Amino acid sequence: MDQKTLRQVEKHCIQEEAPACRSACPLHVDARTFVLQVGKGRWNDAWKTLNKTLPFPGILGRICDHPCEDSCLRSTLGGGIRMGELERTCVNQPKPRIRVIPMPKKSERMAVVGEGLSSLVAALELLRKGYDVTLFSSQDKLGGSLWEVPDTTLPKDILEQELGILGTLGLKVENKKMGQGLLVPLLEEFSAVYLGLDSPNGARMAQGGKPSDKTFALGNDGVFGGGACDDHGRLSPVNQAFQGRAAALSMERFTQKVGLVEGRQDEGPYPTRLFTNIEDIEPLPEVLPGNGEKGYTIDEARAEAQRCIQCQCLECLKVCPYLDYFKGYPKRYAREIYNNAAIVMGNHAANLMVNTCSLCGLCQEICPENFPMADLCLDARRDLVERKKMPPSAHEFALQDMAFSNSESFMLARHAPDKETSRFAFFPGCQLSGSNPEHVIQTYSFLRNNWAEDTGLMLQCCAAPAHWSGNEAKTREAISLLEENWQKMGEPRMILACSSCLDMFRRYLPNIDVISLWQVMDQCELPVDAAKPVGTTMAIHDPCTSRHEPQLQDAARSLAVKLGICIEELEFSREKTECCGFGGLMENANPTLAEKQLERRTAESDLDYLAYCAMCRESLKGAGKRTAHLLDFIFPQGSVGPDPAARVKTGLSDSRENRARLKRDLLDQVWNQAAEAGTESMLHISPEVQAKLDQRRILHSDIRETIAHAEETGRKMESRESGHFLASHRPFMVTFWVEYSLAENGYHIYNSYCHRMQIMGGNA
Amino acid sequence: MITNLGIEENKEWKCLSCDALLKLDKVRIDYMNGSFTVELPCCPECGMVLVPEEIALGKMLEVEKLLEDK
Repeated sequence: MDQKTLRQVEKHCIQEEAPACRSACPLHVDARTFVLQVGKGRWNDAWKTLNKTLPFPGILGRICDHPCEDSCLRSTLGGGIRMGELERTCVNQPKPRIRVIPMPKKSERMAVVGEGLSSLVAALELLRKGYDVTLFSSQDKLGGSLWEVPDTTLPKDILEQELGILGTLGLKVENKKMGQGLLVPLLEEFSAVYLGLDSPNGARMAQGGKPSDKTFALGNDGVFGGGACDDHGRLSPVNQAFQGRAAALSMERFTQKVGLVEGRQDEGPYPTRLFTNIEDIEPLPEVLPGNGEKGYTIDEARAEAQRCIQCQCLECLKVCPYLDYFKGYPKRYAREIYNNAAIVMGNHAANLMVNTCSLCGLCQEICPENFPMADLCLDARRDLVERKKMPPSAHEFALQDMAFSNSESFMLARHAPDKETSRFAFFPGCQLSGSNPEHVIQTYSFLRNNWAEDTGLMLQCCAAPAHWSGNEAKTREAISLLEENWQKMGEPRMILACSSCLDMFRRYLPNIDVISLWQVMDQCELPVDAAKPVGTTMAIHDPCTSRHEPQLQDAARSLAVKLGICIEELEFSREKTECCGFGGLMENANPTLAEKQLERRTAESDLDYLAYCAMCRESLKGAGKRTAHLLDFIFPQGSVGPDPAARVKTGLSDSRENRARLKRDLLDQVWNQAAEAGTESMLHISPEVQAKLDQRRILHSDIRETIAHAEETGRKMESRESGHFLASHRPFMVTFWVEYSLAENGYHIYNSYCHRMQIMGGNA
Repeated sequence: MITNLGIEENKEWKCLSCDALLKLDKVRIDYMNGSFTVELPCCPECGMVLVPEEIALGKMLEVEKLLEDK
């Protein structure tokens, strides 16, 4: 990702956009922070916040006409936060010491004509920038109409005190009546001239000229102006101040001979892009000052400030435990991912964040600006793989599992028995085959009897694990294998049981005609012996890869209804469904987060869940949620049992053994090719130890290999206490340890663990 | 650099083929581009090394993760 792409991606996240109050304020006062500080009674901090953006805070804090109040999102929920009153209360508190670092003096001289607020702000800004500023006034004191403000609003001593800063910064004042004829001599003497239209001198010299909208230029020769009344003949103090400030910036740019217009689109009031969800915000009435004109008491001000919504977006974080976990938001994550990719030496701190995303796309669905978090993470994974920086442990198990599915142990492509061609091919995928091989056999037989006799069968992996892991070479390899087998089968229409497979076909093999198993089944008569749990209410869980497959979702619901199941929709369903924690290999790279994801999903309803993705069923069941699979009701015979939602999660070893057994059983039962029975030794493993093995991703095949290695070489240890053996073996980048003893027909397994570091030898 | 993993002398396991009790010794362990020398229980005869479970799932796992993110 280059800088330009980063900027483009970042733009989609609006969390850092200004809240409505700030963007409506011509001076962009950070009202959200200010109000937060007032609410906490942190008056010094609140003062400093005003002082950052407000010129003469003691004056403007008392007389500002607060356009922010009208744009406040509280407006419809009890009334906009009374920012004007809050500012007044704040500047009535003692002013904290605020250090000002003066800018180095510049040689250029600037002229400011007029003593009104806009001229004073222009002069202040120019002085702060280090210019030598002379102000021309026809009046005997600075401030103009400010002196007409009632003392109760703006005490005269405060006005005097606030304007004192101009003298401190070295403002020169010339008392002189100015007219149009004096403009040319001024321009000869000064680098640029400001005409305050809110003063007699300035208005006379401008002769009715109107300054331009953004730059406040009056012509092209270095004359600028501002502070005029609005179209209704009213003076707005905050606009006077804004125009004086904006013109001062233009004067500086003019003097430095740089463009006047560039990069100023967000100056002054603008509509913000920030989205704030106010759906769940309760209305709260405004706090009115008990003392009327005297304004708020401290407590009243705090109470009013505490009504602030503190506008922000974070819509995605509300629905995604992963985005919430890494303590940022997509814009920040994009930057972290960008930086992570730029590291040559040092710690790739964002690897875990990149690899944890389930790529489920819910955040993008929710995001008001469609931030593409999944694409960002997937691209970052591809980059890590490409640069050989992908942590091997993140996806290795899943990739090996994919290799298993694409090996002779599972892979199969056959026409139906006694058929030479296939119009259709059933593609159950790895997860259903691993979770319930009986269902694959039953479904295949159902399809041949009820859909099309010439339905062939293809067992292999759709390459989803490689795709999710960002491994493009392995993805291409597995996709080619898939395409090759499909061609050998005579290019049948594929019937897919898994929505992740469907997603993969759509992405990588768009030329292949596919249909979901659920849509096919929905068009057939259901088996007469299907379980009809009439009256049972279940909450349907859509797999995340079905997010944009409404027809598939409809078909699953239609089947459930035909089975007599009452469907209840979860709050997050269909295009807003949530991942089960397996998607994007989240569970591989970050099991803890996958657990959190499941915790959230399983808490959404007390009802039993109905899944139609085998992996979702396994994940939900693993999290302790009673969950049945649609096929459990369609084919209730066999190992499903009378209470399908209670069927235990299939372990990792069982999933592999199920796949291998499925191929053997299919060859035997469908094609009459009985394989020789395997002579594998029995492993006796307690459920507790098995749970540990699954959690550590240790397979029975790893254990068998380790024991075989130990028994062959004699290299093993013996416990002096229990007589158990302990042996290790490193078949690939992992060393497995197994504690075992001999049993009559195999081995008792007491423990197994593994590590990735390699023992290079003793006496190093 | 020798890293002390804080392992105590192991009295439980003996090397079966050498019939010898394991003794702590220096062992080199490698992963990715990292190499460390640690003290682990070894057979004094044939050098077979024991990685105890708590080390494999504790300190070793931590270091593996660090090295993977280098």
